[in-house]
Amino acid sequence: MNKSKITKNQAFLPFAIFVAILIFNTIISGGTFLEMKIVDGHLYGRIIDIIRNGSKLMLLATGMTMVIATGGTDISVGSVMAISGAVACSIVSGAILPGLGGNVVAAIILALLAGVLCGIWNGILVAQIKIQPIVATLILMVAGRGIAQLITKGKIVTVSSDTYYFINGGYILGIPFPVYVVLFIVIITLLFTKRTAFGLFLEATGCNSAASKFAGINVGLIKLLVYAVSGTLAAGAGLIESAGIKGADCNNAGLMIEMDAILAVAIGGTSLNGGKFSIPASIFGALIIQSITTMVYALGVAPEITQVVKAILVVIICLSQSKEFKDTVIKIFRREKVVAGA
Amino acid sequence: MSTQNYLLEAHHISKSYTSAVIALKDVRFQLQGGEIHALLGENGAGKSTLIKVLTGVEERDTGLITLEGKEIYPKTPQEGQKIGISSVYQEVNLCPNLSVAENIYIGREPRKKGRIDWKTIYVNARILLEKFDLDIDVTKDLDQYSVAIQQMIAIARACDIRAKVLILDEPTSSLSTNEVNKLFEIMRRLKKDGMGIIFVTHFIDQVYEITDRITVLRNGEYVGTYETANLPKVELVGKMIGKDYAQLNRTMVSYEEEYNSGDTFLELKEVSGLGTIKNLDLSIRQGEVLGLSGLLGSGRSEIARIIFGIDSLEKGTIEIKGKKIFLKNTLAAIKNGIAFCPENRKTEGIVGDLSIRDNIILALQAKQGLFKSISKREASRIADEYIEKLEIKTPSKDQKIKNLSGGNQQKVILARWLATDPNLLMLDEPTRGIDIGTKAEILKIVIDLAKQGMGVIFISSEIDEMLRCCGRMVILRDMRKVMELKGREISQAAIMHHIAGGDKDE
Repeated sequence: MNKSKITKNQAFLPFAIFVAILIFNTIISGGTFLEMKIVDGHLYGRIIDIIRNGSKLMLLATGMTMVIATGGTDISVGSVMAISGAVACSIVSGAILPGLGGNVVAAIILALLAGVLCGIWNGILVAQIKIQPIVATLILMVAGRGIAQLITKGKIVTVSSDTYYFINGGYILGIPFPVYVVLFIVIITLLFTKRTAFGLFLEATGCNSAASKFAGINVGLIKLLVYAVSGTLAAGAGLIESAGIKGADCNNAGLMIEMDAILAVAIGGTSLNGGKFSIPASIFGALIIQSITTMVYALGVAPEITQVVKAILVVIICLSQSKEFKDTVIKIFRREKVVAGA
Repeated sequence: MSTQNYLLEAHHISKSYTSAVIALKDVRFQLQGGEIHALLGENGAGKSTLIKVLTGVEERDTGLITLEGKEIYPKTPQEGQKIGISSVYQEVNLCPNLSVAENIYIGREPRKKGRIDWKTIYVNARILLEKFDLDIDVTKDLDQYSVAIQQMIAIARACDIRAKVLILDEPTSSLSTNEVNKLFEIMRRLKKDGMGIIFVTHFIDQVYEITDRITVLRNGEYVGTYETANLPKVELVGKMIGKDYAQLNRTMVSYEEEYNSGDTFLELKEVSGLGTIKNLDLSIRQGEVLGLSGLLGSGRSEIARIIFGIDSLEKGTIEIKGKKIFLKNTLAAIKNGIAFCPENRKTEGIVGDLSIRDNIILALQAKQGLFKSISKREASRIADEYIEKLEIKTPSKDQKIKNLSGGNQQKVILARWLATDPNLLMLDEPTRGIDIGTKAEILKIVIDLAKQGMGVIFISSEIDEMLRCCGRMVILRDMRKVMELKGREISQAAIMHHIAGGDKDE
C-alpha cells in the first residue's frame, strides 16, 4: 500500500529517470562521474555541477509549473532573465543609478522588482485583457531583450564585484550558493501551495476556470499572481546567470531557456492543459535536462549533434511517460505472445 | 421476425473501464429500420456506454455488433459515421468558435474545383435549418447562440448526414416544448424514410409520444425490450429503477403545506441588468421555495446571475436583510450567504479533474480565503458527511468527479454549496439530464432545506417539478416579471397561460 503510494506520486517517475541517468553516467564513466573532491572546503564534482548549472532551470521550472497549472504558459522568462541581469549589472557597475554606489543588495532588489513588474505585465495581459497566454508572453519575449538593451545602452556590461560573483560562484558550508537559493524557493513555494489553499485554487483554475469563478475563486487574481511569481523567479535566474558570466549579455542571457523550462514541466508529468501539478516533479524534470546535457558531453558526442542526441533522449523519456504508448506496447507484446502460442 | 430483419444488432456486449467499474454486462440491443427505439435507464445504467460502443467512441471488450447483417467494429466516431451511424450527444459536441454553417458541414464540405464552396454551404445550411424553423445567421459563430439553439444545430447536422442509424442521446433536455415538437416532426419524417433512430431521454412522456419500442438497461445489464404501446408508464419506471413505483411516489410528496413566511432575506428593487432583466422587483424569504418560470431567455437565469454577482447591475438596488449591498463578484455573493448551482453543469459546475472531495470544499475554501486552508482531514470529513447525507454514489471521495454520472455530479455541486452554509440557494435547472430516481431525491432535498429555513430559488423548464416544490412562483416573459402566483393559485394551466402571454388561449 505504502509502496504503491510512492510510485503513484507524480514526482516518482521523473525521479527514477534522473537516478537512471546518473547510474548510466556512472557506469560509462567508470565511476568518475560520482567522484567528489573537496578543494579549499568546497565540494567539486559532476553531480554538484549538474545541480549548480541546473539551478537557473529549476527556478524557472518552479514558476513555470504554476503558470502551466492555470492552463497558461510563460515564454518570456528568458527575456526577463536578460532584463534582470541588465538591471543588476548596470547598477553594480554604476552605469545607471550611480547614486546607489554600486550597492549589490540594492541591485539585486531592483532586478527582482523588474522581474515582478514584467510578471505583472504578463499577468494583466492574460488575466485582465484576456490575451492568450502564449501570445501575451510572446510580447515580452520579443520586446524584453530590447528593453534590456536600452538599460545597458546596447553594450555588454561587465561587473567586477566579488560580492556579486558570489550569487553564482559562492559557497556556504562547501555547497554552492545557487543550491541554497533553489532549496529556499522550492520550500517556500511548496509550503505556499500545500499549506494554503493556493494549490487547490491553482488546480481548479487550470481544470475549469468558469466553474472556479462560479465557486467564488478570484481567477483573475490567481493568474496575475502566478505570472508575477514566474517573472520574479526568472529575475532570480537572471541574477545567477549574469553573476556566472560576470556581466550582462542582453542577446544571449537565457536564450531559448523558456523551452527547456516548459520541457522540464512536461517531463515532470504536469499536463500543459493545466490542472494537477507537481513542483518536485518539475524540479526533477529540470535536473534530467541538465544531466542529459552533461551526459552528452561526457559521452564525447560531437558538439554539432548534441542537440539531436538530447532530442532523442527527450523523446524516449516522454514515450516512457505516455500511457497511450505503454498500452500500445503491451497490446503488441500480448498479440505476439498469442501468435507464438498458436 | 427473423434476425435478418434488424438494421442494427448488438449481442453479448460487455465493457469495463477498470476491473472495478463494469459499465456493461452481456447487453443486447436490436433496432429495426423505420422505428424509433427508446433506450432507457437510470444514470449509470449503461446507456451512454452502449451508445459509445455502438458509435465507436469506446471499444467493446466482448460481443458482436452487426449492421444490416454484417459485423462492424467501429474504432472511432468517424468510422462509425462512415458506415452509417450518426449521433447527437447530450452535451453539445460542436466547435463554439466556428460558424453555424461550418459546424454543420465540417468534415464533409461541398467543394468546387478543389476549394470549399462557401456559397453552397451557406445556402444549404440555411435551407436545412429552415426545416427546424431556425431563422438564424449561419455565418455567425456558434457560441453566439443559446445552448438550445446549439443543440438544434447539432441535431440538424446529424439528420443531414445520410445515415442508416441516428442516435439521439438526451437531445431534448435543453429544448422548449416547441422545439421538441419540431424535432419530433423531423424524427417521424426520418423514420418514414426507413432510418432507425435510437432515442435516449429522461422524459417519460416523450417516450410515449414518439417511440415504437423501448429497451431498458439497469446497472449495466439488459432488462428487456418492450412495445411502447403495451407497457404502462408505472411498469416502465419500475423496470428502470427496479423499485416499486408506489414507493417512489412517496418520496415525491408534494409540497402541500402552505408555505410559512419567514423574514425577507433578499430583495431586488427595480433591478435592471445590462442587456438582461428590466425593472424587476423580487423578494425571497427564508424558508420558502420560490420558482422562476418562463421560457429560455425570459430572464429566469439572468436573475440568478445578477444576484450571484456574475452579471453587473445597471440600475436598481439589491438588499439583503434590509441592508443595501453591492455584489462585485461571486465571492462577495458567497460571503453574503448566497449559493448558486448554474445551469451548465459541465462547464460552470464541476471541476472535472479534481476529486469529489476537492469539488465539495471548493466554495467553502474560497469563502474562507487563501490562508485559512481546510486540512485534508477536515475536507474528508466534510466530503464524507455530504456523500452520506445526499447519498452520492461513488466508490470513494478521491474519485475524479468527471467519472460520476450526471445526477451524482449534481449532488456534489449541491454539497459544495451546502458546505458554505448559505441562506439562499439558487438552483438553475438542477435536474437536467438526471434520472427520475435522483430527480425525486433532489426535489426532496430542496424541500427539506426550505423547511430548515433556507431560502431557495428554483429554476426549471419542467413545470411538473416546480409544482411539486415551489410555494410561490414568479412568471417571466421577455426579461420582465409578468405574474406572481402563490400557494393554491399555482397550477399547470395558470403557469402555461402566463408564460404563453396571458391573453392567448392555450
